[in-house]
This record gives sequence, structure tokens and C-alpha cells, in this order.
Amino acid sequence: MRVHVTGLGVTAPNGLGVEAYWDAVLEGRTGIGELTRFDASALPARLAGQVLDFAAEEHVPNRLLPQTDVSTRFALAAAEWALADAKVDPAALTDYDMGVVTSTASGGFEFTHREFQKLWSRGPRYVSVYESFAWFYAVNTGQISIRHGMRGPSSALVAEQAGGLDAIGHARRTARRGTPLVLTGGVDSAFDPWGWLAHVSSGRVSTGTDPGRAYLPFDTGARGYVPGEGGAVLVLEQAEAARARGAHRVHGEIAGYASTFDPPPGSPRPPGLRRAAELALADAGLTAADVDVVFADAAGVPALDRAEADAITAVFGPRGVPVTAPKSLTGRLLAGGGPLDVVTALLSVRDGVIPATAGTTDVPDDYRLDLVHGSPRGAAVTTALVLARGRWGFNSAVVVTAVPD
Amino acid sequence: MRTMTIDDLRTILVSCAGEEESADPRADISDVPFDDLGYDSLALMETGARIERDFGISLPDEVVAELRTPRALLDLINENLAGAR
Repeated sequence: MRVHVTGLGVTAPNGLGVEAYWDAVLEGRTGIGELTRFDASALPARLAGQVLDFAAEEHVPNRLLPQTDVSTRFALAAAEWALADAKVDPAALTDYDMGVVTSTASGGFEFTHREFQKLWSRGPRYVSVYESFAWFYAVNTGQISIRHGMRGPSSALVAEQAGGLDAIGHARRTARRGTPLVLTGGVDSAFDPWGWLAHVSSGRVSTGTDPGRAYLPFDTGARGYVPGEGGAVLVLEQAEAARARGAHRVHGEIAGYASTFDPPPGSPRPPGLRRAAELALADAGLTAADVDVVFADAAGVPALDRAEADAITAVFGPRGVPVTAPKSLTGRLLAGGGPLDVVTALLSVRDGVIPATAGTTDVPDDYRLDLVHGSPRGAAVTTALVLARGRWGFNSAVVVTAVPD
Repeated sequence: MRTMTIDDLRTILVSCAGEEESADPRADISDVPFDDLGYDSLALMETGARIERDFGISLPDEVVAELRTPRALLDLINENLAGAR
């Protein structure tokens, strides 16, 4: 059974809404800047991809404001925009025919930080009852499900930066098992002091101070990544169900998905990214020669960039496929990163253009990558491969393809 | 003796649990069921906890959870405030 994407919703550091985000990507406008959520002046890493123009009270029902973390507010807004893009009115559909599958790597970090501060400074009676679920990995799935009356099979997946692609893969599986419509995607935000230190303690966060040069995936000057916030939500529908309801537009098909897990550190076995890419292509019934562009995980850490370059060249041959990482304009969004890349891939299909990896100028020759950088590249795109890696061994890959009118 | 008014209670409810966009700020909500106002059991727990802290009274969760309208909650609060004099 084919599963089509009929709606997109984006909350990204460089654009709210699909078109604002896409314009920013093609124009190379960055969402990375000085972290302003708290005083980070004494910390070694101070750049972040922040969503600064999001007024929660404009996008989230007043009733939900006291009980939601900023990340959940992004998820609710993106879900609503994706439904609007698909012209789906959930109230007009059967509640058990709609599911929700989302991913978040952090949960409601900022909300929880605030409540924990109350706990230790004033006592348990001061902790909000809403902390009971506002922190929780499944909270975005739950809030979206309640808000739109979607009672079909729903779940939440967690796999650091790879989790967002896992959610999309599982949403496709959910549709194939009989649920006509599934909302899916991922968001993250952890820019309170505690959440920020959780990023920094990974040892992979860039200490660069120039927003245009701090996160340079696949560059000789790569020195780590910049954390970002936000993400994307997509409406997936069984192709037949979308046709039957008269869906006015199909953005593309989720044609393949796979995930793998790395062997333990020190093992002689290779990392699992290559296998994830190969399995996703096989799942789509395609070969490497069919792929027009790869949206890379793009860790921005030299050893990890090299490992990804090796995986890509093993599948596609040296300089065998255009590779890009527009996430250098947003930072790494953890669970939001994969779904945002899938949206970007679908827009590449729509407009026949591969966006550039911003900032990166000098790619080591021995990476043997055809990295799109400098400016976008016009190209007919009918098939795109999206890769994501999560810390502690997660690898996921999604294949999207064009759907002819 | 301190007493709480329905306006005071409404302010606390909105601060703890928000309110529906369709709510009329001038309407008297005293006898409108919490369900119709969009307040679930968690909203009442959050509100009860806030009032307990701010007014130094005790509002057991299991008692508050059984109340159906703002008037019933207000009566419970004011009985407690009278008792705590």
C-alpha cells in the first residue's frame, strides 16, 4: 500500500510555516544566533538555532498554555498548519481513522526545569500538576490527539536525532496496517540552562562565535554542531484514502524507511548508517542509481562527517550523488531534524532545486562527496534519501519520491 | 473575615488552567459546569493547589474532583476560609 504526504507544517529557526522556511533555505538565511533564553555568557558554547518569532498565544489555545512546554507548542502549531495544508478537517472524519506518531528527544525540558526549580526552592506543593505529563516523551502525540480528536493507533518514538525519521517510518506502517490518516513528525527544544548543558556535555557542540561559521558540516573547518529547536509535522494518508477524500495536493510518497543500530564502541563491525540507507532503498524497491539527492545527517564533527561520507560513497560511489545539509541554517533539531529534512526534500521535488549546505566552502577531497554548497543547484528531483543519526548508535533513513499528477 | 468572590476565583482558574477562546469575560460562570468551561480534573487540582498555598487552607483533591461548578468550589473555599479565621 502506498502512503502519500498530503500536508506539511514547519516551525524552524529560520522560518515559521513551510514557505517562509523554504524561502530562507533557498536564500541562505540562517536561524542561528546568540542564545537569548538565559544568560549563557559564561558558557563555552553560546550559539543556537532559536525560533524567535513564535508568539505562542497566537498559535496555541489559551487553555493549553499553562500545561505545555515550548516544544509542545511548536508541535501543536506545526500539526495545525499541516492539517490546514492538507485541507483536512478532523471533525469531519472518523476519530479512530486518524492516528498520531511523533518523536521528541528531550521532552518538555524547559517546563521541567522550571518545576524542578520550584521543587527544590519552595517544595513539592508548588510543583504544577501539569508537570505529570508536560515533561513526557509522548506528550506531543497526546496533545495533538486530544486537540484534533484523533483516537486511532498512536505512539511516540525516541532515538535522539534519528527519532523523527523513525516516527515517519512508523506512521507509514500505521497507515499500512489500516489507519487512513496519520499525523507524524518531530520537534525538540531544550534551551533552558539544564537542557543547554545536556547538549554541551555531548562534546559535539560548536564553540564557534560566528553564526555563519560555527556549524560547517563536511568542511575542513568543521568543529561541532549548533543545537536548534523546532521541527516539522506531516500529514500521511493511505494513497487511496487521500484520493477518496479528494485531497487537493500530494507532496510525495514515503516510499522507503529503515533503521539500524551501531555495534558497540570498539567493535570491528562498521557503523549502521550504510545499512540503513541500503535497507530503505530496498524497502522502496529502488537502487542507488534512482536517487537524485541525499539529505545528510551532517554531524559537523570531523570523524562523524567522514564516517557519513564513507557510508554515502559506499552506497553511491565516489561523487555519485548530490549531497546536501541545509540544516546548517537551523542547527540540529534532534527529533525535529529528520522530519524537517523530509519536508525540505519534498520541496526539492516540487521546485526542482537542491538547496545548498550553507557556510561550508572547503570539503576535504578524500570525502569524495559531491556536496551542494555555495548556492542552490537546479536539478530534477524525483527521489531523495534522507539520513539521520542519533547519539548512542541510532541510524535511520527515509526515501521520498515524487508522485506524478 | 476573608471571602473569595467569583471574580477572584475566575482569575485564579484562568491563571492556573487558561480559558476557552470563546469565553465571555463578563458572563457569570458561577453555575456553568466545569466541563462546559473546559476545565478537567487536572485543571481543578492545579487550581486547588494554588488556592491552598496562597490562602493557607486545605482542599483535598478527592473533594475538589467531585465538584461540578465554580459556585460549589467557591462555597468550599469560603467555608474553609471562615473556619481558618
